[in-house]
Amino acid sequence: MSNLVNSKGLRQDGRKLNELRPIKMEVGVLENADGSAYIEFGKNKIMAAVYGPKDVHPKHMSVPDRAILRCRYHMTPFSTDTRKNPAPSRREIEISKVIREALEPTLILTDYPRTAIAVYIEVLQSDGGSRCAGVSAASLALADAGINMTDLAAGCAAGKIAGKVALDLDDTEDKEGDADMPLAILPNLGKVTLLQLDGKFTRKEFEQAFNLAKDGCMKVYELQRKALTEKYFGKGEVEA
Amino acid sequence: MSEIKRKYVIPGELVTEGKYNRTTNVFRVDDKFYSTRVGMAEVSSDSVRVIPLSGPYIPRVDDLVVGKIVDYSAFAWEVNINSFFSAYLLAQSVFGRDYSPARDSLTNKFAIGDVILAKVSAFDRTRDPLLSVSGPGLGRINRGEVVKISSTKVPRVIGKKGSMIKTVESGTNCRLTVGQNGLIVISGPAEGILLAIDALNLIDKEAHTADLTQKVQNLLSRLSEGEKNE
Repeated sequence: MSNLVNSKGLRQDGRKLNELRPIKMEVGVLENADGSAYIEFGKNKIMAAVYGPKDVHPKHMSVPDRAILRCRYHMTPFSTDTRKNPAPSRREIEISKVIREALEPTLILTDYPRTAIAVYIEVLQSDGGSRCAGVSAASLALADAGINMTDLAAGCAAGKIAGKVALDLDDTEDKEGDADMPLAILPNLGKVTLLQLDGKFTRKEFEQAFNLAKDGCMKVYELQRKALTEKYFGKGEVEA
Repeated sequence: MSEIKRKYVIPGELVTEGKYNRTTNVFRVDDKFYSTRVGMAEVSSDSVRVIPLSGPYIPRVDDLVVGKIVDYSAFAWEVNINSFFSAYLLAQSVFGRDYSPARDSLTNKFAIGDVILAKVSAFDRTRDPLLSVSGPGLGRINRGEVVKISSTKVPRVIGKKGSMIKTVESGTNCRLTVGQNGLIVISGPAEGILLAIDALNLIDKEAHTADLTQKVQNLLSRLSEGEKNE
């Protein structure tokens, strides 16, 4: 238990408690999708692609005054240390749902009546915190597809390991730690769009973890902005 | 106060605060205007708009579009206009009011696979767009090469008062038919078509940069010189 944090207050991978893993983002990586993004969040490697707006099939599912959002979070068989069955698991179905519900408020769906927008999130390699990274990547892909949005969604988790509140848990910390709380926010509107909690926090710990995760999300947002700016405006051409 | 302020924005970014009458691609929370797209924001004294750099084509009435016939029924052709709605060209609008499915055959006019130049005659949120081919120059396109670019870049392809089109046309000896939906038909000599495709791809890629006309001119002169040397 206690080997998650050493005597110097550092974690197994050498991070401080309030430190994020190294993050890399790239927008527009897939030629055939309408919008796409790739994110590396520590050892997580996730690809997100957006198709649409397009016709709804089956037709009876279309809504007369807005688009429907479809979302699939999927882990490839080679994303884990032992092969994962590629069929959607209970967990993946749940994550698909929460990501869809996290992204819906960022989109102006009424601008695209009678259509469907499909978001595919493919986890190539996983190491804990993939739903937050998935939300962030999917949001970038939606912006790349040029769908009207009110804000980007930026995600980051916080949790409790060895009795201490820590930012951005990896897989081991998630499994052996005491709590994990994924959070996704809309940074400009100041709203929370995804909040889950696995484990127990005291009220004080919750507040601490929430603020920590929020700061993490803001850092993720800055990287998202950088990735989009680089793709569309090139490096160094950005006006303040 | 007619000064226009420009900046690059991403979705959710604050564009400006205040009171503005005309707005495009922004949404308002109280007095604050946020961008809904990745693009270039322009703020003038009474308007705030974001010119997007990506996104699907949304039809507007009176748009000139290039489309491909994908299907037909007894009363209409279905046309792919590179949008998320398929457009319909009614047989009545081609054959006239007294159109009768028993007498007139749709395939005599347009067959599946034909490329047409048409005008959007009606469209709103509740119904699919309707096309019309009555007008000068409208109808089937018989020759040329169709090139697809992002529909958001079409204004740059046309340029101020058609300046960019003229540059490309005179540099390649080709004729360009630009649809608002991002499909462009190039007709002319084969070398010219290849040149024009390169020029259009450059515009598509660097639409947001300054002195684009100069870049296109450079590309056209460089490529045509290269051909002469060969």
